Amino acid sequence: MLRPRIIPCLLVHNNGLVKSVRFKDYKYVGDPINAVKIFNEKEADELIVLDIDATAEGREPDFKMIAHLANECRMPLCYGGGVKTAEQAKQLVRLGVEKVAVSSAAIETPQLISRIAEEVGRQSCVVVLDYKHSKTGAYEVYTHNGTRATGRDAVAFARQLEALGAGEVLVNSIDNDGVMKGYDVPLARRLKESLDVPISVLGGAGTLDHVRELISACGVIGAAAGSMFVFKGSLKAVLINYPAENRKNEVFAATR
Amino acid sequence: MITIIDYGLGNILAFVNLCKRIGIQTKVAHDAAELVGAERIVLPGVGAFDHAMELLQASGMQPTLEELVLDRKVPVLGVCVGMQILANASDEGVREGLGWIPGRVRALRSALPHNARLPLPHMGWNDVKPVNGPSLLEGFENEARFYFLHSYYFECASPEHVAGTCDYGVTFACMVRCGNIYGVQFHPEKSHRFGAGLLKTFSRV
Repeated sequence: MLRPRIIPCLLVHNNGLVKSVRFKDYKYVGDPINAVKIFNEKEADELIVLDIDATAEGREPDFKMIAHLANECRMPLCYGGGVKTAEQAKQLVRLGVEKVAVSSAAIETPQLISRIAEEVGRQSCVVVLDYKHSKTGAYEVYTHNGTRATGRDAVAFARQLEALGAGEVLVNSIDNDGVMKGYDVPLARRLKESLDVPISVLGGAGTLDHVRELISACGVIGAAAGSMFVFKGSLKAVLINYPAENRKNEVFAATR
Repeated sequence: MITIIDYGLGNILAFVNLCKRIGIQTKVAHDAAELVGAERIVLPGVGAFDHAMELLQASGMQPTLEELVLDRKVPVLGVCVGMQILANASDEGVREGLGWIPGRVRALRSALPHNARLPLPHMGWNDVKPVNGPSLLEGFENEARFYFLHSYYFECASPEHVAGTCDYGVTFACMVRCGNIYGVQFHPEKSHRFGAGLLKTFSRV
C-alpha cells in the first residue's frame, strides 16, 4: 500500500544550511551537499530544498547549486525558491529536480501554476503556502519569508491553485516553524478533506510521535520537517538524522 | 554497459549516477549514431505522452531504436512515461505509441472506485508484487518498494505481459514485459536500494 512520506526539508541561506524558529533566528546547521549525502545513506523518502534568499533578494534560482544537489540526490527532490516562470521550472526538471515548488510568484500570478503544469506536468508542480493562524481562526497566506500578508485563506487558495494545475500542496506553518511541539493537525485535516491532490505539511514536528499524530489523523500524507532532522536533544545540537526503516514502519502502522 | 536515451525527457543524470554507484558503465545517447551498438537501453521519460512521442520522433533515434529492440532483441527498459509509450496509445493524448507491448495507457482516476477519494497523482512509495515470475525483482521479490509519481497507468491487452502490480485503490500493472522489452511505471533511479537492485538485474538480463 501507499505509504505516508517522511520528508526532510532543508533551508538554504548564504550557500549554507540554516534552521529557523518562526521564520527568524536562523542558525547555521551545515553544508547542503553533506546533508544530501547523509539522507541518501538513510534512504529518506523524499527531500525538499528551499532557497530562502532567492525571492527575498529578487533573484532567480541558483541553477549551479541546484544542479550540484540534484546530482548527489538519490531520492526524489523538490526544489523551491525564486521560481517565477515556466521556463525556469523546465530548466530545474532538466537538472534532475522531480518537483518544482512555487510560492510567492504563484500567489501573485496564480495562472503561473497552469503554465508550469503544462510545461513540466502536473506531477512536478508543487505549491508552497506559508501561513499564520490568527486568533480569529483564519489561516492567512504569507510570502517573502513570512513578512508579507496576502489576505488569502490557505485552504480556499490551495483549492484554487489545485484547480489551476498544482499536483501537490505543501503548507508551512510560520507559527510552528522550529518550535518542535507538533504539527497543525486541524489544518492538515481540513486540507486533506478539501483537496484531491496529495498534500504535505511542514512546521512543528519535533519527534516521530508528532508524525504519528499527523498520519493517524490524516492517513497517507507528506510529513515534512526541518528541525527534527537536523537537531538532536534538548540543547539542539546539530546532528543530521533520519528514522531507520523499522522506526518508520512503527509510525506508519498508525495509518492502518 | 547501459545506454540511456536522452531525448529531452527524464532524469538522465540520476540514472548515470546510480549506475556508477553500483558499478555499471553507462553511455548517454543524444542521437542515432550514439545509440548504435547499445547492449542495454534505458528509455526514461516524464510529463505527457504526446510530448514524449513528439520528442522521441524529433530526436531521430526512433528508427535505430526500433532496429535494436525489435530486430536485434536488445533489452530495453522504459521508465515512467518511457514505459507508457511502449503501449499502442494513451487516453492522455492522440498520438500513437511505439506499440511494442500491446495495451493502452489509461487515467488512474477512471479506474478508481467512485468512493475511493484517493489523491492523484499517485505519489510516494508503494509496494510492488511480481507477476509471472520475479523478472527484474529477482532477489527482493518479497519486499519491493518503489517511488511512484503518475496519474496514468499501463493497461496490458494481454495478462501475460504484466510483470508486476501495485495497489492504489485498484490493482494495476506497474511493470510490463514482452521478451526483451521491459517497462516500469515507478522511478528506479529514485528508489534507493530497490532501484539499484532492479537496475543491476536489468544489466544482467
